[in-house]
Amino acid sequence: MDELVEEAREGDQRAFESLVRQTYQDTYTLAYRLVGNEEDARDVVQETYLRAHKGIKKFRGDAQITTWLHRITANCASTYLGRKGRQRHESLPEDTDFADDHPQGDPVSRADLSALRSQLTEALMQLPPKLRAVVVLRDIYDLPHESIAEQLGITESAAKVRLHRARKRLRERLYPLGEEEARAV
Amino acid sequence: MLCDTISIQLAEVVDGESVLAPDAARHVERCLRCQAELAQYRKLLRALTTLRSDFAHVDDLLLEEILDSIRPVAPVHRLHRLNYRNRKVAIGGIAAAAATGAAAGAIVIASKLATRQRLAS
Repeated sequence: MDELVEEAREGDQRAFESLVRQTYQDTYTLAYRLVGNEEDARDVVQETYLRAHKGIKKFRGDAQITTWLHRITANCASTYLGRKGRQRHESLPEDTDFADDHPQGDPVSRADLSALRSQLTEALMQLPPKLRAVVVLRDIYDLPHESIAEQLGITESAAKVRLHRARKRLRERLYPLGEEEARAV
Repeated sequence: MLCDTISIQLAEVVDGESVLAPDAARHVERCLRCQAELAQYRKLLRALTTLRSDFAHVDDLLLEEILDSIRPVAPVHRLHRLNYRNRKVAIGGIAAAAATGAAAGAIVIASKLATRQRLAS
């Protein structure tokens, strides 16, 4: 992919299109996780690639191209949600299917993990968008706090506070029984 | 120390980026509730990490839309440059304009026929 990036930076349209082909599903998945519905995610993805296309010459290559695209996606989604929030209330998230790419582990723990991931995907969509964005970008996509704060237009400490709140809410949602048991201890 | 006070700190330290204060760490060593919570946070973090390689299903049309939007534009393809929602709005607008035009035409024809009938009688 590095070669394609280099060619795209030099203005090769075909190379950029190949990059799009290789990355659009990943970009769409992140966009979907950030905005919570298909139609908005499609718009965010288009905007992301338009910006990437305009800015590819400025891409210095000190991060992976996917990380760079994740940052743009986060920024586009944040702008999009901000604009949408001013226009109307957030609609309920849709159900969508995610392909499971984790065949490792023994069958029991695999089934446990699969169930947990399914609950987790649902729980993520129930989070308020501001909390969801931070936990998705940090804990799933491994973006640094500094970058998350920059793309979302908040301070680094605010990003951390949101992250901890999001984790707490997810834990409480995923382990409600554990919570009661824990209180009884 | 109260477990509730420590609870949010556990969400902070679970990724190893920071550590609990010594008194909080001592509490967790003795407290089954906090240990259980910490284990849940660890499990949560592991599960979140695994979501990274899951991909949402998306149709090929999106790829075409993206490629179309970044290619040099021919005037005839300008409609394709609009994003998914705006394109629907544009198509709806064109359909509405066509319907309005047809209705206006029908009204003009009907009024001309009525005028002719009045003049004839």
